[in-house]
Amino acid sequence: MSDVETLRRPRRWHIAVFLAPAVLVYTAIMIVPLADTLRLALFRSTDNAQTFVGLDNFKVLFGDPRWSVSFWNALKNNVIFFVIHMLIQNPVGIALAAMLSVPKLRGTAFYRTSFFLPTMLSFVIVGFTWKLILSPIWGVTPTLLGLVHLKWLFGPWLGQETTALITLALISVWQYVGVPMMLIYAALLSIPEEVIEAAELDGVTGPSQFWKIKLPLILPTVGICSILTFVGNFNAFDLIYSAQGALAGPNFSADILGTFLYRTFFGFQLQLGDQNMGATIATMMFLIILTGVAVYLFAIQRRMRRYQF
Amino acid sequence: MNKPTIRSLIYASVATAVLGLATAAQAQTTLTIESWRNDDLSIWNEKIIPAFEKAHPDIKVVFQPVAPTEYDAALGAKLAAGTAGDIIACRPFDKSLQLFQKGNLTSVNDIAGMDKFSAVAKAGWSTDDGKTTFCVPVASVIHGFIYNKDAFDKLGIQVPQTEDEFFAALDKIKADGTYTAIDLGTKDMWEAATMGYQNIGPNYWHGEDGRLALIAGKSKLTDPEWVEPYKVLAKWAPYMGDGYKAQAYPDSQNLFSLGRAAIYPAGSWDISQFKQAEFKQGAFPPPVKKVGDTCYISDHVDIALGMNAASKNAEAAKTFLTWVATPEFASIYSNALPGFFSLQSGAIDLQDPMAKEFVSWRGKCKSTIRSTYQILSRGTPNLENETWVASANVLNGTATPDEAAKKLQDGLDSWYKPGK
Amino acid sequence: MNRARSSPLKSALMHLALGAYTLICLAPVALVIMNSVKSRNAIFGAPLMPPTPKTFDLVGYVTVIGQGDFLYYFLNSLIVTLGSIVFVLLFGAMAAFALSEYRFRGNTLMGLYMALGIMIPIRLGTIAILNIMVATRLVNTHLALILVYTAQGLPLAIFILSEFMRQVSNDLKNAARIDGLSEYAIFFKLVLPLIRPAIATVAVFTMIPIWNDLWFPLILAPGEATKTVTLGAQVFIGQYVTNWNAVLAALSLAILPILVLYLLFSRQLIRGLTAGAVK
Repeated sequence: MSDVETLRRPRRWHIAVFLAPAVLVYTAIMIVPLADTLRLALFRSTDNAQTFVGLDNFKVLFGDPRWSVSFWNALKNNVIFFVIHMLIQNPVGIALAAMLSVPKLRGTAFYRTSFFLPTMLSFVIVGFTWKLILSPIWGVTPTLLGLVHLKWLFGPWLGQETTALITLALISVWQYVGVPMMLIYAALLSIPEEVIEAAELDGVTGPSQFWKIKLPLILPTVGICSILTFVGNFNAFDLIYSAQGALAGPNFSADILGTFLYRTFFGFQLQLGDQNMGATIATMMFLIILTGVAVYLFAIQRRMRRYQF
Repeated sequence: MNKPTIRSLIYASVATAVLGLATAAQAQTTLTIESWRNDDLSIWNEKIIPAFEKAHPDIKVVFQPVAPTEYDAALGAKLAAGTAGDIIACRPFDKSLQLFQKGNLTSVNDIAGMDKFSAVAKAGWSTDDGKTTFCVPVASVIHGFIYNKDAFDKLGIQVPQTEDEFFAALDKIKADGTYTAIDLGTKDMWEAATMGYQNIGPNYWHGEDGRLALIAGKSKLTDPEWVEPYKVLAKWAPYMGDGYKAQAYPDSQNLFSLGRAAIYPAGSWDISQFKQAEFKQGAFPPPVKKVGDTCYISDHVDIALGMNAASKNAEAAKTFLTWVATPEFASIYSNALPGFFSLQSGAIDLQDPMAKEFVSWRGKCKSTIRSTYQILSRGTPNLENETWVASANVLNGTATPDEAAKKLQDGLDSWYKPGK
Repeated sequence: MNRARSSPLKSALMHLALGAYTLICLAPVALVIMNSVKSRNAIFGAPLMPPTPKTFDLVGYVTVIGQGDFLYYFLNSLIVTLGSIVFVLLFGAMAAFALSEYRFRGNTLMGLYMALGIMIPIRLGTIAILNIMVATRLVNTHLALILVYTAQGLPLAIFILSEFMRQVSNDLKNAARIDGLSEYAIFFKLVLPLIRPAIATVAVFTMIPIWNDLWFPLILAPGEATKTVTLGAQVFIGQYVTNWNAVLAALSLAILPILVLYLLFSRQLIRGLTAGAVK
């Protein structure tokens, strides 16, 4: 870091200039409105007025089984959702990026675009396509499985309590694998040729070159991918909402914090929106994610050794 | 991105901003209708609005629907910030009641023609004491069964009148194997509740009598008349299609339109969807337990139109709502949208034969509305949502009828104290 | 050594793996496009079948083009998306540079503050945002959407870009400082070109949720003059009856512009590679 020189200068206006536009827009349009909403967690609305109730809403969320059962169920499902992403999405993303970054491999641009295409689709399309593919009625999957004599494997996966969440998580992995792939790919590309050549001179090639040389170099990016997956998963909502509806069925087996929050905050069918309880849930989600990000920023990112090129 | 592009982008946004303001300024008497009925966009634009504008050339009407899943949230935000339209499509019961209590909707008691609606018709959009109505009722929907007449003829099945005949017919269809006997899925859950439980239920809980007794606390969801429909529903499962657990609502619709199913538990709104199908269809009301029993049908108040209290065009909005309460509107609407039945007392001449069939049941059966809508879905847990889940669970075989009923009653007991 | 890198067997295996995964990615997309040119009955009657002369039907596209000014909606989407990307990248890269380059009091806290936005769905702030736009008379303008999306995109952009900026060589920057370059010149002329791949990546990540967003166009700019493609397509999603022909057609069309944008940005990835190699 260039701190020695920069610290000597008395006023470093350029720091403020660099920060100001982002901080201003972000604070005015995002932080202030969101803070205004989260504040409602400490209030309860009675007769069109908001009364301050301290932490009562949190007591209700955790103390009243009508709320706490839903909350813990959603949290548990969310953890499963996240674990599936970590176990599949990121390793697959890294593997794809590693293959794509092999020099002289033909057609990488085509592959890269194909892998990223699902990420570009809207949820309406993703929901429609996968419902059609997995539907027991229109038979895309049963037919395909039948061709390889595996039809017995087929089940109404989106409609069973035991399989709905896993199926949705896999669809989400399918959709988002492009994100870690792109980030890792960009990181792999920034590894200077000299480093690779030096490794090759030392006889480190092929897979061992990846594990011993490249992987350590891209670890900070792997870290980013993990934390982005964490944040994204604990905020996820659209896919489950568009595939399973706001009740995230069957029997709330696909309910994650995002769907629970939206149902509560905005209401659903006859259920009226409850901004106070909604804000309470949002605050809990916020705290969970904040803890994760803070651990990453303060504990992991600081300790991670960075290689500068 | 180079500079000229940024600049032209900024110019473009400024220009449209100015344009937007300009159109807002000159549109003094443009009424905007907020609605969740995307499905009706062309009918409003081609039939309803021209008819109104012909009689009132000084008022222009714009029908601006949004996707039904976004409607409530979007409307709430727009009302809070004052950008909502002048006329608001009203969901029945508490959603609209809440808007009225917040001061977003005004009373429509003084709109001419409100006296043509019965108390039941107005109940969906009135205060609990029934004194103030805040939306002009537009339409109700009726439940029943639509069947593939060609399939019935081929298999020699008569239209079932009783529960036993109904299951006998199902056995025949299943034995033949050509058609899915009951075209219903549980994936989206609401069909299980609405087309299943609320469809056949009124015959067991005796329509309004049972519904009001439940609200009064005189009967419980664990009583036999409320559990029995679940027991019947559980018997449907073997007759439903392969993988019905993952069958969504559009799947069911398509399965029937393609002629691959025999009996479709329906809402009357499905009528127009099935019109294009290339086979003969018929409809029958929910079968009764034994011959001679009084039959009950779910004739549910579904949609109304109210006025945004903050509308700058209050007079024009009133003129429009007054027109909505006329037989002229009722006739255009009911005929343009077969399956949505006007709630006005005067009889309307319907052209669609299937719609005629559905509405004829009003004459021979007693009408009731869905049991969960009035008052009982006001608390947490929400009885309507729970009923969706419970009905799907019963059909999926993951809960017995008794377990489902107990869960519903326990949820209701946790917040609802009847008589208070 | 080079033998190991370009062994034909290895590259054949890699093509096999990559090709298989390409199939998994493309097949569902192909299913959508294929079905968008079929009649409704054919979509559900035989979803796997490619269109035949009997089932070929452009009714979806006809409906879409007949319903409102779809070309104009595309233009709106492009204005909003590109406008937002410009601001997100410019402001985001500047802030990321400040956070990663200079050590000042509260640096990490500022980093955390700028990341708060990815922890709460911005939708929850809708009412306050709408109030701001009403007060500033920005409702039904492109600018309202651009502002919201800029705010929404900044946290992620800063998060990713600052990580990549930390990896830019200090020697290089210090050499520039000794040559008398200002901090601004170092940022624009030295650092930005070096992290091109990361910038392109962030641009792609930023544009997708913006292009596909339904909520804010619905709330902030539902007017005909500012309607976006996604909002225009939602009119076909009904309460009981969804016009799948039209939805599939509209959304198939909507893939194209974003695909083009992606291809434009991804060329930067390659250029970034060569630029990095020269340095």
